[in-house]
Amino acid sequence: MKALGRVFKYGDNVDTDVIIPARYLNSFDAQELASHAMVDIDPEFASKVQPGDLIVANKNFGCGSSREHAPLCLKTAGVSCIIAETFARIFYRNAINIGLPIIECPEAAKNIEAGDEVEVDFDSGKIYNKTKGTEFQGQAFPEFMQKIIKAEGLVNYINNK
Amino acid sequence: MGMTMTQKILAAHAGLDSVEAGQLIEAKLDVVMANDITGPMALPILAQMTDTVFDKDKVVFVPDHFTPNKDIKSAENSKAIREFAKAQGLTNYFEQGKSGVEHAILPESGIVVAGQCIIGADSHTCTYGALGAFSTGVGTTDIAAGMATGEAWFKVPSAIKFVLTGKLGPYVSGKDVIIHIIGRIGVDGALYKSMEFVGDGIASLTMDDRFTMANMAIEAGAKNGIFAVDDQTITYMKEHATKEYAVYEADADAEYDEIIEVDLSKVRPTVAFPHLPGNAKTIDEVEAMEPIKIDQVVIGSCTNGRMTDLRRAAAVLKGRTVHPDVRVMVVPATQKIYKQCIAEGLVDIFIDAGCAFNTPSCGPCMGGHMGVMAAGEKCVSTTNRNFVGRMGHVDSLIYLASPEVAAASAIAGYIANPEKVGDR
Repeated sequence: MKALGRVFKYGDNVDTDVIIPARYLNSFDAQELASHAMVDIDPEFASKVQPGDLIVANKNFGCGSSREHAPLCLKTAGVSCIIAETFARIFYRNAINIGLPIIECPEAAKNIEAGDEVEVDFDSGKIYNKTKGTEFQGQAFPEFMQKIIKAEGLVNYINNK
Repeated sequence: MGMTMTQKILAAHAGLDSVEAGQLIEAKLDVVMANDITGPMALPILAQMTDTVFDKDKVVFVPDHFTPNKDIKSAENSKAIREFAKAQGLTNYFEQGKSGVEHAILPESGIVVAGQCIIGADSHTCTYGALGAFSTGVGTTDIAAGMATGEAWFKVPSAIKFVLTGKLGPYVSGKDVIIHIIGRIGVDGALYKSMEFVGDGIASLTMDDRFTMANMAIEAGAKNGIFAVDDQTITYMKEHATKEYAVYEADADAEYDEIIEVDLSKVRPTVAFPHLPGNAKTIDEVEAMEPIKIDQVVIGSCTNGRMTDLRRAAAVLKGRTVHPDVRVMVVPATQKIYKQCIAEGLVDIFIDAGCAFNTPSCGPCMGGHMGVMAAGEKCVSTTNRNFVGRMGHVDSLIYLASPEVAAASAIAGYIANPEKVGDR
Protein backbone atom coordinates (compact mmCIF):
# COMPACT_ATOMS: atom_id res chain seq x y z
CA MET A 1 0.00 0.00 0.00
CA LYS A 2 1.32 3.40 -1.00
CA ALA A 3 0.43 7.06 -0.73
CA LEU A 4 1.44 9.58 -3.38
CA GLY A 5 0.57 13.25 -3.48
CA ARG A 6 1.40 16.87 -2.86
CA VAL A 7 2.19 18.14 0.61
CA PHE A 8 0.36 20.62 2.80
CA LYS A 9 2.87 21.70 5.45
CA TYR A 10 2.11 22.95 8.97
CA GLY A 11 4.07 23.73 12.13
CA ASP A 12 3.96 22.65 15.78
CA ASN A 13 0.88 21.88 17.89
CA VAL A 14 -1.79 21.85 15.16
CA ASP A 15 -4.80 21.31 17.43
CA THR A 16 -8.13 19.64 16.71
CA ASP A 17 -9.94 22.96 17.22
CA VAL A 18 -8.31 24.34 14.07
CA ILE A 19 -8.59 21.03 12.19
CA ILE A 20 -12.36 21.03 12.73
CA PRO A 21 -13.78 23.77 14.99
CA ALA A 22 -16.49 22.88 17.51
CA ARG A 23 -19.02 25.04 15.65
CA TYR A 24 -19.24 22.23 13.06
CA LEU A 25 -19.50 19.37 15.56
CA ASN A 26 -23.28 19.31 15.63
CA SER A 27 -22.85 17.02 12.61
CA PHE A 28 -20.82 13.86 12.16
CA ASP A 29 -21.51 13.61 8.43
CA ALA A 30 -18.06 12.93 6.98
CA GLN A 31 -18.56 14.92 3.76
CA GLU A 32 -19.88 17.95 5.59
CA LEU A 33 -17.00 17.82 8.08
CA ALA A 34 -14.50 17.49 5.22
CA SER A 35 -15.80 20.69 3.67
CA HIS A 36 -14.61 22.56 6.80
CA ALA A 37 -11.31 20.71 7.29
CA MET A 38 -8.46 22.95 8.58
CA VAL A 39 -10.66 26.05 8.18
CA ASP A 40 -9.23 27.96 11.16
CA ILE A 41 -5.58 27.42 10.20
CA ASP A 42 -5.78 27.20 6.38
CA PRO A 43 -9.14 28.39 4.98
CA GLU A 44 -8.18 27.31 1.44
CA PHE A 45 -7.28 23.73 2.40
CA ALA A 46 -10.69 22.17 1.77
CA SER A 47 -10.98 23.65 -1.72
CA LYS A 48 -7.37 22.91 -2.73
CA VAL A 49 -6.76 19.39 -1.35
CA GLN A 50 -6.72 16.59 -3.95
CA PRO A 51 -7.25 12.89 -3.28
CA GLY A 52 -3.89 11.41 -2.28
CA ASP A 53 -2.38 14.61 -0.88
CA LEU A 54 -0.38 14.43 2.33
CA ILE A 55 -0.10 16.56 5.44
CA VAL A 56 3.35 17.05 6.93
CA ALA A 57 3.71 18.82 10.29
CA ASN A 58 6.13 19.27 13.14
CA LYS A 59 5.54 18.40 16.81
CA ASN A 60 2.36 17.28 18.58
CA PHE A 61 0.00 17.17 15.58
CA GLY A 62 -3.66 16.76 16.59
CA CYS A 63 -3.36 17.96 20.18
CA GLY A 64 -6.44 18.92 22.14
CA SER A 65 -9.92 17.46 21.93
CA SER A 66 -10.67 13.75 21.44
CA ARG A 67 -13.00 14.53 18.52
CA GLU A 68 -12.63 11.76 15.94
CA HIS A 69 -14.22 14.25 13.57
CA ALA A 70 -10.64 15.59 13.13
CA PRO A 71 -8.94 12.58 11.47
CA LEU A 72 -12.26 11.69 9.81
CA CYS A 73 -12.58 15.08 8.07
CA LEU A 74 -8.97 14.88 6.83
CA LYS A 75 -9.37 11.32 5.55
CA THR A 76 -12.64 12.20 3.84
CA ALA A 77 -11.09 15.33 2.30
CA GLY A 78 -8.66 13.00 0.54
CA VAL A 79 -5.59 13.06 2.79
CA SER A 80 -3.74 9.78 2.20
CA CYS A 81 -1.15 10.04 4.98
CA ILE A 82 0.04 12.38 7.73
CA ILE A 83 3.73 12.62 8.57
CA ALA A 84 4.80 14.48 11.71
CA GLU A 85 7.65 14.68 14.20
CA THR A 86 5.16 13.53 16.86
CA PHE A 87 1.41 13.12 17.20
CA ALA A 88 -0.85 13.82 20.17
CA ARG A 89 -1.89 10.47 21.57
CA ILE A 90 -5.68 10.57 21.13
CA PHE A 91 -5.36 11.73 17.51
CA TYR A 92 -2.85 8.92 16.93
CA ARG A 93 -5.30 6.29 18.23
CA ASN A 94 -8.22 7.78 16.36
CA ALA A 95 -6.34 7.84 13.06
CA ILE A 96 -5.35 4.18 13.39
CA ASN A 97 -8.87 3.21 14.46
CA ILE A 98 -10.42 4.75 11.34
CA GLY A 99 -7.66 3.57 8.99
CA LEU A 100 -5.90 6.89 8.26
CA PRO A 101 -2.17 6.12 7.92
CA ILE A 102 0.08 8.33 10.06
CA ILE A 103 3.83 8.13 10.45
CA GLU A 104 6.21 9.68 12.96
CA CYS A 105 9.45 10.76 11.27
CA PRO A 106 11.21 13.90 12.57
CA GLU A 107 13.76 13.96 9.71
CA ALA A 108 11.10 13.82 7.00
CA ALA A 109 8.99 16.41 8.83
CA LYS A 110 11.95 18.79 8.81
CA ASN A 111 12.97 18.19 5.18
CA ILE A 112 9.65 18.14 3.39
CA GLU A 113 8.20 21.49 2.30
CA ALA A 114 4.78 22.64 1.16
CA GLY A 115 4.06 21.58 -2.39
CA ASP A 116 6.66 18.78 -2.49
CA GLU A 117 5.55 15.55 -4.12
CA VAL A 118 5.97 12.71 -1.63
CA GLU A 119 5.51 8.95 -1.80
CA VAL A 120 5.07 6.74 1.27
CA ASP A 121 5.32 2.96 1.33
CA PHE A 122 3.34 1.79 4.35
CA ASP A 123 4.78 -1.73 4.33
CA SER A 124 8.38 -0.60 4.56
CA GLY A 125 7.79 2.77 6.27
CA LYS A 126 9.92 4.45 3.56
CA ILE A 127 9.14 8.08 2.76
CA TYR A 128 10.41 9.39 -0.59
CA ASN A 129 10.43 13.12 -1.36
CA LYS A 130 10.28 13.03 -5.18
CA THR A 131 10.70 16.81 -5.49
CA LYS A 132 13.94 16.90 -3.51
CA GLY A 133 15.12 13.35 -4.20
CA THR A 134 15.50 12.56 -0.50
CA GLU A 135 14.46 9.41 1.33
CA PHE A 136 13.59 8.76 4.98
CA GLN A 137 12.75 5.76 7.13
CA GLY A 138 9.56 6.31 9.14
CA GLN A 139 8.84 4.47 12.35
CA ALA A 140 7.13 1.13 11.73
CA PHE A 141 3.88 0.35 13.56
CA PRO A 142 4.03 -2.23 16.38
CA GLU A 143 2.63 -5.62 15.33
CA PHE A 144 -0.56 -5.16 17.35
CA MET A 145 -1.39 -1.90 15.56
CA GLN A 146 -0.50 -3.41 12.19
CA LYS A 147 -3.24 -5.98 12.83
CA ILE A 148 -5.76 -3.17 13.36
CA ILE A 149 -4.53 -1.38 10.24
CA LYS A 150 -4.64 -4.59 8.15
CA ALA A 151 -8.21 -5.19 9.34
CA GLU A 152 -8.93 -1.65 8.06
CA GLY A 153 -9.82 -0.36 11.50
CA LEU A 154 -10.72 -1.37 15.04
CA VAL A 155 -14.32 -2.37 14.28
CA ASN A 156 -13.28 -5.05 11.78
CA TYR A 157 -10.46 -6.17 14.06
CA ILE A 158 -12.93 -6.77 16.89
CA ASN A 159 -15.50 -8.41 14.62
CA ASN A 160 -12.84 -10.76 13.23
CA LYS A 161 -11.60 -11.83 16.66
CA MET B 1 11.30 -3.82 38.18
CA GLY B 2 8.83 -1.68 40.11
CA MET B 3 5.68 -0.19 38.66
CA THR B 4 4.12 3.28 38.75
CA MET B 5 0.56 3.84 40.06
CA THR B 6 -0.75 3.83 36.51
CA GLN B 7 1.13 0.66 35.56
CA LYS B 8 -0.26 -1.18 38.61
CA ILE B 9 -3.84 -0.27 37.73
CA LEU B 10 -3.31 -1.29 34.09
CA ALA B 11 -1.69 -4.60 35.09
CA ALA B 12 -4.60 -5.41 37.40
CA HIS B 13 -7.11 -4.68 34.63
CA ALA B 14 -5.17 -6.70 32.05
CA GLY B 15 -5.01 -9.72 34.37
CA LEU B 16 -1.22 -9.51 34.52
CA ASP B 17 1.16 -9.58 37.48
CA SER B 18 3.22 -6.82 36.01
CA VAL B 19 3.52 -4.59 32.95
CA GLU B 20 6.26 -2.34 31.67
CA ALA B 21 6.36 0.90 29.70
CA GLY B 22 5.80 0.34 25.98
CA GLN B 23 3.94 -2.97 26.41
CA LEU B 24 0.67 -3.27 24.51
CA ILE B 25 -2.17 -4.65 26.62
CA GLU B 26 -5.91 -5.16 26.51
CA ALA B 27 -7.52 -3.97 29.72
CA LYS B 28 -10.97 -4.44 31.25
CA LEU B 29 -12.92 -1.22 31.69
CA ASP B 30 -14.91 -0.09 34.76
CA VAL B 31 -16.52 2.96 33.15
CA VAL B 32 -17.08 3.86 29.47
CA MET B 33 -18.45 7.36 28.99
CA ALA B 34 -19.54 9.53 26.04
CA ASN B 35 -21.25 12.90 25.62
CA ASP B 36 -23.63 14.52 23.15
CA ILE B 37 -20.89 15.15 20.55
CA THR B 38 -19.04 11.85 20.67
CA GLY B 39 -21.95 9.60 21.77
CA PRO B 40 -24.27 9.97 18.76
CA MET B 41 -21.33 9.39 16.40
CA ALA B 42 -20.48 6.18 18.31
CA LEU B 43 -23.93 4.61 17.94
CA PRO B 44 -23.71 3.56 14.25
CA ILE B 45 -20.16 2.27 14.90
CA LEU B 46 -21.37 0.31 17.93
CA ALA B 47 -24.18 -1.17 15.83
CA GLN B 48 -21.57 -2.72 13.53
CA MET B 49 -20.32 -4.77 16.50
CA THR B 50 -23.28 -5.50 18.76
CA ASP B 51 -26.93 -4.78 19.62
CA THR B 52 -26.31 -4.44 23.35
CA VAL B 53 -23.67 -2.73 25.47
CA PHE B 54 -21.38 -4.95 27.54
CA ASP B 55 -22.74 -3.72 30.88
CA LYS B 56 -25.63 -1.31 31.39
CA ASP B 57 -24.17 -0.16 34.72
CA LYS B 58 -20.79 0.75 33.23
CA VAL B 59 -21.77 2.61 30.07
CA VAL B 60 -22.53 6.26 30.84
CA PHE B 61 -23.92 9.08 28.68
CA VAL B 62 -23.74 12.73 29.69
CA PRO B 63 -25.25 15.27 27.27
CA ASP B 64 -23.38 18.43 28.27
CA HIS B 65 -21.55 20.07 25.34
CA PHE B 66 -24.30 21.60 23.21
CA THR B 67 -26.97 21.28 25.90
CA PRO B 68 -29.43 22.81 26.56
CA ASN B 69 -29.67 21.94 22.86
CA LYS B 70 -28.31 24.88 20.90
CA ASP B 71 -29.88 24.04 17.54
CA ILE B 72 -31.89 21.40 15.72
CA LYS B 73 -28.91 19.20 14.82
CA SER B 74 -27.76 19.19 18.45
CA ALA B 75 -31.29 18.34 19.57
CA GLU B 76 -31.31 15.38 17.16
CA ASN B 77 -27.96 14.21 18.56
CA SER B 78 -29.18 14.46 22.15
CA LYS B 79 -32.34 12.61 21.16
CA ALA B 80 -30.30 9.78 19.66
CA ILE B 81 -28.36 9.09 22.86
CA ARG B 82 -31.43 9.63 25.07
CA GLU B 83 -33.39 7.01 23.12
CA PHE B 84 -30.42 4.65 23.04
CA ALA B 85 -29.89 4.97 26.81
CA LYS B 86 -33.56 4.21 27.37
CA ALA B 87 -33.64 1.25 24.99
CA GLN B 88 -30.52 -0.25 26.60
CA GLY B 89 -31.78 0.45 30.12
CA LEU B 90 -28.59 2.29 31.07
CA THR B 91 -28.30 3.07 34.77
CA ASN B 92 -26.45 6.31 34.21
CA TYR B 93 -27.88 8.70 31.65
CA PHE B 94 -27.81 12.29 32.89
CA GLU B 95 -30.66 14.39 31.54
CA GLN B 96 -30.83 18.18 31.78
CA GLY B 97 -31.99 19.17 35.25
CA LYS B 98 -30.28 16.19 36.86
CA SER B 99 -26.98 16.60 35.11
CA GLY B 100 -23.92 18.72 34.72
CA VAL B 101 -20.53 18.78 33.05
CA GLU B 102 -19.41 15.16 32.62
CA HIS B 103 -16.14 15.42 34.50
CA ALA B 104 -17.85 17.01 37.50
CA ILE B 105 -20.95 14.80 37.56
CA LEU B 106 -19.15 11.43 37.40
CA PRO B 107 -17.08 11.93 40.59
CA GLU B 108 -19.99 13.70 42.34
CA SER B 109 -22.32 10.78 41.55
CA GLY B 110 -19.85 8.19 42.79
CA ILE B 111 -19.50 6.53 39.37
CA VAL B 112 -15.72 6.89 39.34
CA VAL B 113 -13.48 5.85 42.26
CA ALA B 114 -9.84 5.02 42.98
CA GLY B 115 -8.24 2.07 41.23
CA GLN B 116 -10.61 1.96 38.27
CA CYS B 117 -9.73 1.83 34.59
CA ILE B 118 -11.88 4.39 32.77
CA ILE B 119 -12.20 5.64 29.20
CA GLY B 120 -14.30 8.57 28.05
CA ALA B 121 -14.86 9.98 24.60
CA ASP B 122 -13.67 13.38 25.75
CA SER B 123 -10.07 14.40 26.15
CA HIS B 124 -10.57 15.73 29.70
CA THR B 125 -11.55 12.28 30.97
CA CYS B 126 -8.12 12.37 32.63
CA THR B 127 -9.85 14.43 35.39
CA TYR B 128 -10.72 11.29 37.41
CA GLY B 129 -7.04 10.67 38.06
CA ALA B 130 -7.58 13.09 40.96
CA LEU B 131 -9.25 10.15 42.72
CA GLY B 132 -6.39 7.74 42.04
CA ALA B 133 -7.99 6.09 39.01
CA PHE B 134 -6.47 5.41 35.58
CA SER B 135 -8.62 7.49 33.31
CA THR B 136 -8.01 8.65 29.77
CA GLY B 137 -9.71 10.24 26.80
CA VAL B 138 -10.31 8.35 23.57
CA GLY B 139 -12.17 8.91 20.32
CA THR B 140 -15.45 7.64 19.00
CA THR B 141 -14.36 4.28 17.57
CA ASP B 142 -12.52 3.40 20.77
CA ILE B 143 -15.53 4.33 22.88
CA ALA B 144 -17.86 2.28 20.66
CA ALA B 145 -15.50 -0.69 20.96
CA GLY B 146 -15.35 -0.18 24.74
CA MET B 147 -19.14 -0.11 24.96
CA ALA B 148 -19.35 -3.32 22.92
CA THR B 149 -16.57 -5.33 24.56
CA GLY B 150 -15.78 -3.72 27.94
CA GLU B 151 -12.13 -3.64 26.92
CA ALA B 152 -9.64 -1.27 25.35
CA TRP B 153 -6.08 -1.58 24.08
CA PHE B 154 -3.38 0.56 25.65
CA LYS B 155 0.31 1.10 25.25
CA VAL B 156 1.54 1.08 28.86
CA PRO B 157 2.87 4.60 29.51
CA SER B 158 6.10 5.60 31.16
CA ALA B 159 5.72 8.39 33.68
CA ILE B 160 6.94 11.70 35.00
CA LYS B 161 6.80 12.01 38.79
CA PHE B 162 5.84 15.40 40.17
CA VAL B 163 6.86 15.72 43.80
CA LEU B 164 4.80 18.48 45.37
CA THR B 165 6.13 20.15 48.52
CA GLY B 166 5.08 23.13 50.61
CA LYS B 167 1.72 24.82 50.70
CA LEU B 168 -0.07 27.20 48.32
CA GLY B 169 -0.25 30.86 49.24
CA PRO B 170 -3.52 32.82 49.36
CA TYR B 171 -5.09 33.49 45.95
CA VAL B 172 -3.18 30.56 44.45
CA SER B 173 -4.96 27.31 43.54
CA GLY B 174 -4.63 24.10 41.54
CA LYS B 175 -5.16 26.01 38.27
CA ASP B 176 -2.06 28.11 38.87
CA VAL B 177 -0.04 24.99 39.71
CA ILE B 178 -1.02 23.12 36.56
CA ILE B 179 -0.47 26.13 34.26
CA HIS B 180 2.90 26.60 35.97
CA ILE B 181 3.77 22.92 35.35
CA ILE B 182 2.66 22.98 31.68
CA GLY B 183 4.66 26.18 31.28
CA ARG B 184 7.72 24.34 32.56
CA ILE B 185 7.41 21.11 30.56
CA GLY B 186 5.53 22.37 27.48
CA VAL B 187 2.31 21.29 25.79
CA ASP B 188 3.95 18.05 24.66
CA GLY B 189 6.16 17.71 27.75
CA ALA B 190 4.34 14.58 28.91
CA LEU B 191 3.39 13.20 25.48
CA TYR B 192 2.15 9.57 25.73
CA LYS B 193 3.14 9.55 29.46
CA SER B 194 1.51 9.52 32.88
CA MET B 195 1.83 12.52 35.14
CA GLU B 196 1.95 11.14 38.67
CA PHE B 197 1.46 13.64 41.49
CA VAL B 198 2.89 12.70 44.89
CA GLY B 199 4.55 14.35 47.90
CA ASP B 200 3.70 16.09 51.16
CA GLY B 201 2.31 19.09 49.31
CA ILE B 202 -0.71 17.11 48.10
CA ALA B 203 -2.29 17.23 51.55
CA SER B 204 -2.77 20.99 51.25
CA LEU B 205 -4.58 20.67 47.92
CA THR B 206 -8.38 20.36 48.05
CA MET B 207 -10.03 17.63 45.98
CA ASP B 208 -11.23 20.41 43.68
CA ASP B 209 -7.63 21.59 43.21
CA ARG B 210 -6.69 18.02 42.28
CA PHE B 211 -9.57 17.67 39.80
CA THR B 212 -8.39 20.90 38.14
CA MET B 213 -4.81 19.66 37.87
CA ALA B 214 -5.61 16.14 36.65
CA ASN B 215 -8.08 17.69 34.17
CA MET B 216 -5.30 19.58 32.40
CA ALA B 217 -2.81 16.70 32.20
CA ILE B 218 -3.92 16.33 28.56
CA GLU B 219 -2.76 19.90 27.92
CA ALA B 220 0.78 18.64 28.50
CA GLY B 221 0.08 15.78 26.07
CA ALA B 222 -0.24 13.21 28.89
CA LYS B 223 -2.12 9.96 28.62
CA ASN B 224 -3.31 10.43 32.19
CA GLY B 225 -2.71 12.42 35.33
CA ILE B 226 -3.01 10.65 38.66
CA PHE B 227 -2.78 11.62 42.33
CA ALA B 228 -1.68 9.41 45.19
CA VAL B 229 -4.72 8.54 47.33
CA ASP B 230 -4.80 10.10 50.82
CA ASP B 231 -7.31 10.68 53.63
CA GLN B 232 -8.99 13.48 51.70
CA THR B 233 -9.55 11.21 48.70
CA ILE B 234 -11.06 8.52 50.91
CA THR B 235 -13.29 11.03 52.69
CA TYR B 236 -14.47 12.32 49.29
CA MET B 237 -15.26 8.81 48.03
CA LYS B 238 -17.09 7.85 51.24
CA GLU B 239 -19.20 10.96 50.89
CA HIS B 240 -20.05 10.44 47.21
CA ALA B 241 -19.71 6.77 46.31
CA THR B 242 -20.82 3.38 47.47
CA LYS B 243 -18.60 1.48 45.02
CA GLU B 244 -15.59 -0.53 46.14
CA TYR B 245 -12.36 1.29 45.50
CA ALA B 246 -8.76 0.12 45.38
CA VAL B 247 -5.71 2.12 46.38
CA TYR B 248 -2.55 1.64 44.32
CA GLU B 249 0.77 3.09 45.36
CA ALA B 250 3.82 3.27 43.13
CA ASP B 251 6.60 0.82 44.01
CA ALA B 252 9.64 2.34 45.72
CA ASP B 253 11.73 1.24 42.73
CA ALA B 254 9.28 2.35 40.06
CA GLU B 255 11.05 3.87 37.08
CA TYR B 256 10.30 7.42 36.01
CA ASP B 257 11.49 9.24 32.90
CA GLU B 258 11.88 12.34 34.99
CA ILE B 259 11.26 13.57 38.53
CA ILE B 260 10.16 17.19 38.82
CA GLU B 261 9.84 18.99 42.14
CA VAL B 262 7.26 21.71 42.57
CA ASP B 263 7.40 23.91 45.67
CA LEU B 264 3.78 24.97 46.02
CA SER B 265 4.70 27.92 48.24
CA LYS B 266 6.56 29.48 45.30
CA VAL B 267 3.76 29.15 42.73
CA ARG B 268 2.26 32.52 41.82
CA PRO B 269 -1.13 33.25 40.26
CA THR B 270 -0.37 32.20 36.69
CA VAL B 271 -2.05 32.97 33.36
CA ALA B 272 -1.73 31.04 30.09
CA PHE B 273 -1.57 33.49 27.18
CA PRO B 274 -2.89 32.79 23.67
CA HIS B 275 -2.67 30.33 21.99
CA LEU B 276 -1.25 27.52 24.12
CA PRO B 277 -1.92 26.36 27.70
CA GLY B 278 1.85 26.21 28.17
CA ASN B 279 2.32 29.90 27.37
CA ALA B 280 2.48 30.67 31.10
CA LYS B 281 3.15 34.04 32.67
CA THR B 282 2.99 34.86 36.38
CA ILE B 283 0.67 37.63 37.49
CA ASP B 284 3.78 39.65 38.32
CA GLU B 285 4.92 39.40 34.70
CA VAL B 286 1.43 40.37 33.56
CA GLU B 287 1.41 43.39 35.87
CA ALA B 288 4.69 44.56 34.36
CA MET B 289 3.02 44.78 30.93
CA GLU B 290 0.57 47.29 29.50
CA PRO B 291 -2.88 46.38 30.91
CA ILE B 292 -4.60 43.75 28.75
CA LYS B 293 -8.19 44.95 28.42
CA ILE B 294 -10.83 42.22 28.24
CA ASP B 295 -14.38 41.84 26.96
CA GLN B 296 -15.51 38.61 28.58
CA VAL B 297 -14.89 36.39 31.60
CA VAL B 298 -15.99 32.77 31.93
CA ILE B 299 -15.90 31.09 35.35
CA GLY B 300 -16.84 27.42 35.17
CA SER B 301 -16.18 24.23 33.11
CA CYS B 302 -14.83 20.77 33.90
CA THR B 303 -11.64 22.53 34.97
CA ASN B 304 -12.96 25.15 37.40
CA GLY B 305 -16.72 24.91 37.85
CA ARG B 306 -16.73 23.17 41.23
CA MET B 307 -17.80 24.47 44.63
CA THR B 308 -14.35 25.55 45.83
CA ASP B 309 -13.78 27.39 42.54
CA LEU B 310 -17.04 29.31 42.76
CA ARG B 311 -16.48 30.15 46.44
CA ARG B 312 -13.06 31.58 45.57
CA ALA B 313 -14.46 33.66 42.70
CA ALA B 314 -17.34 34.88 44.87
CA ALA B 315 -14.97 35.91 47.67
CA VAL B 316 -13.25 38.27 45.22
CA LEU B 317 -16.51 39.58 43.71
CA LYS B 318 -18.40 40.06 46.98
CA GLY B 319 -19.57 43.66 47.36
CA ARG B 320 -17.92 44.68 44.08
CA THR B 321 -19.18 45.19 40.55
CA VAL B 322 -18.09 43.91 37.18
CA HIS B 323 -16.39 46.50 34.93
CA PRO B 324 -18.91 48.09 32.53
CA ASP B 325 -17.02 46.87 29.44
CA VAL B 326 -16.95 43.24 30.59
CA ARG B 327 -19.60 40.50 30.50
CA VAL B 328 -19.22 37.59 32.91
CA MET B 329 -20.62 34.09 32.63
CA VAL B 330 -20.55 32.01 35.80
CA VAL B 331 -21.37 28.37 35.04
CA PRO B 332 -21.68 25.93 37.95
CA ALA B 333 -20.60 22.48 36.77
CA THR B 334 -23.54 20.50 38.21
CA GLN B 335 -27.05 20.97 39.54
CA LYS B 336 -25.83 20.09 43.04
CA ILE B 337 -23.19 22.83 42.85
CA TYR B 338 -25.82 25.22 41.46
CA LYS B 339 -28.07 24.53 44.46
CA GLN B 340 -25.20 24.85 46.90
CA CYS B 341 -24.36 28.25 45.38
CA ILE B 342 -27.93 29.33 46.14
CA ALA B 343 -27.74 27.95 49.69
CA GLU B 344 -24.47 29.74 50.41
CA GLY B 345 -25.62 33.05 48.92
CA LEU B 346 -23.06 32.93 46.11
CA VAL B 347 -25.68 33.44 43.42
CA ASP B 348 -26.66 36.74 45.06
CA ILE B 349 -23.01 37.81 45.10
CA PHE B 350 -22.52 36.96 41.42
CA ILE B 351 -25.76 38.54 40.24
CA ASP B 352 -25.34 41.65 42.42
CA ALA B 353 -21.87 42.06 40.92
CA GLY B 354 -23.37 41.93 37.42
CA CYS B 355 -22.54 38.37 36.34
CA ALA B 356 -24.81 36.03 34.38
CA PHE B 357 -25.37 32.80 36.33
CA ASN B 358 -25.98 30.05 33.80
CA THR B 359 -27.19 26.46 33.77
CA PRO B 360 -24.50 23.74 33.80
CA SER B 361 -23.02 23.26 30.29
CA CYS B 362 -19.68 23.01 28.49
CA GLY B 363 -21.05 25.64 26.07
CA PRO B 364 -18.64 28.59 26.15
CA CYS B 365 -15.42 26.57 26.68
CA MET B 366 -15.33 25.25 23.11
CA GLY B 367 -17.21 28.03 21.39
CA GLY B 368 -20.38 25.98 21.39
CA HIS B 369 -22.93 28.42 22.75
CA MET B 370 -23.74 30.58 25.80
CA GLY B 371 -20.69 32.82 25.44
CA VAL B 372 -19.20 32.66 21.93
CA MET B 373 -16.75 35.47 21.09
CA ALA B 374 -16.61 37.94 18.19
CA ALA B 375 -13.52 38.98 16.21
CA GLY B 376 -10.95 40.87 18.23
CA GLU B 377 -12.50 40.08 21.61
CA LYS B 378 -10.46 38.94 24.60
CA CYS B 379 -11.58 36.59 27.36
CA VAL B 380 -10.18 35.55 30.70
CA SER B 381 -11.46 32.04 31.15
CA THR B 382 -11.12 29.39 33.86
CA THR B 383 -11.41 26.71 31.16
CA ASN B 384 -8.57 24.56 29.81
CA ARG B 385 -7.74 25.53 26.22
CA ASN B 386 -6.80 28.81 24.57
CA PHE B 387 -6.25 27.51 21.04
CA VAL B 388 -6.95 29.70 17.99
CA GLY B 389 -10.72 30.07 17.62
CA ARG B 390 -11.49 27.77 20.56
CA MET B 391 -14.18 30.03 22.06
CA GLY B 392 -15.48 31.58 18.88
CA HIS B 393 -14.06 33.79 16.13
CA VAL B 394 -10.64 32.81 14.84
CA ASP B 395 -9.41 36.31 15.79
CA SER B 396 -10.58 36.18 19.42
CA LEU B 397 -8.09 35.67 22.25
CA ILE B 398 -8.28 33.49 25.38
CA TYR B 399 -6.27 33.90 28.58
CA LEU B 400 -6.56 30.88 30.88
CA ALA B 401 -6.57 31.63 34.59
CA SER B 402 -7.83 30.64 38.03
CA PRO B 403 -11.29 31.62 39.32
CA GLU B 404 -9.71 34.34 41.48
CA VAL B 405 -7.71 35.90 38.65
CA ALA B 406 -10.83 35.71 36.47
CA ALA B 407 -12.95 37.42 39.13
CA ALA B 408 -10.33 40.12 39.77
CA SER B 409 -10.08 40.73 36.01
CA ALA B 410 -13.87 40.99 35.70
CA ILE B 411 -13.82 43.85 38.22
CA ALA B 412 -10.78 45.62 36.80
CA GLY B 413 -11.64 45.26 33.10
CA TYR B 414 -8.12 44.01 32.40
CA ILE B 415 -6.13 40.95 33.53
CA ALA B 416 -5.66 41.68 37.21
CA ASN B 417 -3.98 40.40 40.33
CA PRO B 418 -6.51 39.05 42.86
CA GLU B 419 -4.11 39.87 45.69
CA LYS B 420 -4.84 43.52 45.04
CA VAL B 421 -8.61 43.28 44.72
CA GLY B 422 -10.09 40.77 47.10
CA ASP B 423 -10.42 40.47 50.86
CA ARG B 424 -10.30 37.04 52.38
